Amino acid sequence: MRRYIKIFSTFARACLVRDMTFRVNFLLECLTSLGWMSMNLAFYLLIFSFTPEIGRGSGWSREPFFAFVATGLIINAIVQTLFMPSASELTEMVRTGGLDSVLVRPLDAQFLLSMHRFDFSSMANGLVGLGLLIWSVLCFPAAPPLIAWLLYPLLIVCGVAILYGLIIMLAAATILMGRNQSLYDFWFYITNFSRYPAEIYAGPWGDPLRSFCTFIIPILLVVNVPAGTLARPLSGEAWGMVVLTFAAAGISVGLSRVVFQAALARYRSASS
Amino acid sequence: MSTAANSESHHTSCGWLLGLRSWWRMLIICLEERLAYRSDFALGTVMRFLPIVTQVFLWTAVFAASSRTDIAGYSRDNIVAYYLLTMVTRAFSSMPSLAGGISRSVRDGSVKKYLIQPIDYVGFLLASRIAHKLVYYIVAILPFAAVLFFCRGYFPPAPDGLTIAAYILSLLLSFLLGFFMEATLGMIAFWFLEVSSIIFAYMLFQYLLSGHMFPIDMLADIPTGITGVSLADVVRLLPFEYTAYFPAAVWLGKITGWELVRGLLIEIAWLVIMIGVCRFVWWRGTKRYSGFGG
Repeated sequence: MRRYIKIFSTFARACLVRDMTFRVNFLLECLTSLGWMSMNLAFYLLIFSFTPEIGRGSGWSREPFFAFVATGLIINAIVQTLFMPSASELTEMVRTGGLDSVLVRPLDAQFLLSMHRFDFSSMANGLVGLGLLIWSVLCFPAAPPLIAWLLYPLLIVCGVAILYGLIIMLAAATILMGRNQSLYDFWFYITNFSRYPAEIYAGPWGDPLRSFCTFIIPILLVVNVPAGTLARPLSGEAWGMVVLTFAAAGISVGLSRVVFQAALARYRSASS
Repeated sequence: MSTAANSESHHTSCGWLLGLRSWWRMLIICLEERLAYRSDFALGTVMRFLPIVTQVFLWTAVFAASSRTDIAGYSRDNIVAYYLLTMVTRAFSSMPSLAGGISRSVRDGSVKKYLIQPIDYVGFLLASRIAHKLVYYIVAILPFAAVLFFCRGYFPPAPDGLTIAAYILSLLLSFLLGFFMEATLGMIAFWFLEVSSIIFAYMLFQYLLSGHMFPIDMLADIPTGITGVSLADVVRLLPFEYTAYFPAAVWLGKITGWELVRGLLIEIAWLVIMIGVCRFVWWRGTKRYSGFGG
C-alpha cells in the first residue's frame, strides 16, 4: 500500500511539474473551466428569475439549490482532477496497443490506468464550489446540525467512489469495444442526470427513471444525498438514503473491479 | 479557332469530372473510416438524446413551481419542442473534432502533405465532413424519427410549405456556417500551436450564445446598460444564433414574414464572410508555416 501511495504522489508531482511548465496553458484551462461553471450558474440564476424553486414543494429554492450545485462542483472537480484524464487516454491506448506496456509492469493495471495522469486545473471549479457552498449555507434560515457536517465529507467520498466505479466500468467497455471515443460523451451525458435534484424526475416517466438512476446506476445519489444532508432536515427517509449511498459506493467500487478484470482477461493486443 | 475552343471546353469538362471524382473518392474514404468503428459511433449517436431528457424534466419542474403557463413567450411544450429542434440543428451545425483535427495536423506537421498534393485542404475537409454527416444521418435518422414521433405532442401544428423550405435552407446554411467557423478556429494553430483552450472557450460561447442552452428570447428582459438594448439584442448581432436558435425558432413560428427573410439573408451574409475569413486565414497561415524533415 505504501508503495502505491508513493507512486501515486510521484505521478501527482510529475503532472504538477508539467502543468507548471506550461503555466499560461494551465491558467487558460482554469479560466475556461471557470467559464463553463459560470455559464451554468448564470443559467440557474436565469431559471430562478422565473420560479421561486425547482419542483413544486421540493424545497430546492435558490440557496439550497446553489448548495446542491456547489456539492456537484466539488465532487466533479475531484473526479476530473484525479481520474478522468487517465481514463480518457485509455481509448487510444487500447486502439494503438499502448495498453500492453501497462500490463507488463509489476503494478496493478487498474491503478496505473486510472491514476497516472492528473488535471490540476479542474481543481479551480472545486475551490469555487467550496466558496459557493459556504455562501449558500450562510444564507440558510437555520445552520445545518453537527451530524450533517460530519456526514457531508464522508458522503462526498461516497459520491466520488460511485463516479470512480462508473469510470472504471466505462473503461472496461473501451477494452471490450476496441475503441470508445464516446467514453467522455457518455460520462458527460450520464452525469448530466445528477446535475439536478432527484425531485424533478416525477410522473409516469420520471418515477421509473428516478428509481433506475438511484438503484441500478446510482448516479442520483452522488450529489443529492450529500447536498440534501446539509440543506434539509435528516428525517427517516433521508437516513435511508445515507445508508444506501454508503452501500452504493462500496458496491460500485467492488463491481467495477470485477468488470475491469474480466475486460482485461478478454483484451487482445493491437500492437505488433 | 473552333477546334481550340472545343479542346478548351473538353479540358474544362474533364477538369470538372476529375474534381467530382476526387470529391467522390474522398467521400467514400471518409464513409469507410466512419463505419470502421460502428458500435462506438452508434452508441455516441444514441447518447446525444440523454441531455434532452433532463431538460424536459427540469422545465416541467420549473413550470410546475412557478405556476406560469408562459416564459419568454414559450409554453412548457414549446420549450421541449425547442430543445428537440436545436438538437436537429446541432446535428447539422456541430463539427466535432474539426478545429482540433486541423490544429493537430498543423502541430504534428501532417498538414504539409496537403500543401504538396494537388488537393484543396479546405475542400477535402468539407468533403470529409459531408461524409461524416451523411453517415451520422444514416445512423441517427431512426432514433431521431422515433424521438420526434414520441414527442410529437409537444410540437405545434406543422408550419406551411414555405416555412418548411426556409427551415431546411436555414439548416443547410447552419451546416456550412458551422463548418467554416470551426475550420477558421482550427487554423489559428498556424500562429499558436496549442489552441485547445481557445477551442474550449469557443465551445463555451457557442453553447451559450447559439441558443443551445436556452432560447435567446429569455435574455430579452436582461438590460445591458444601453437604453433600449437588451442582452438578446447583443447576442443577435453575432453569427452563433444561426447554428442552433434560428432554425428552431423558424419551425416554431417565432420568426415569420420579412423577419424570416431578413434572418436568412443575414445568415447567408455571415456564411460569405466566414468563407472569406477561412480562405484568408488559410492563405496567411500557410505563408508562415514551416515544415522540416520527412
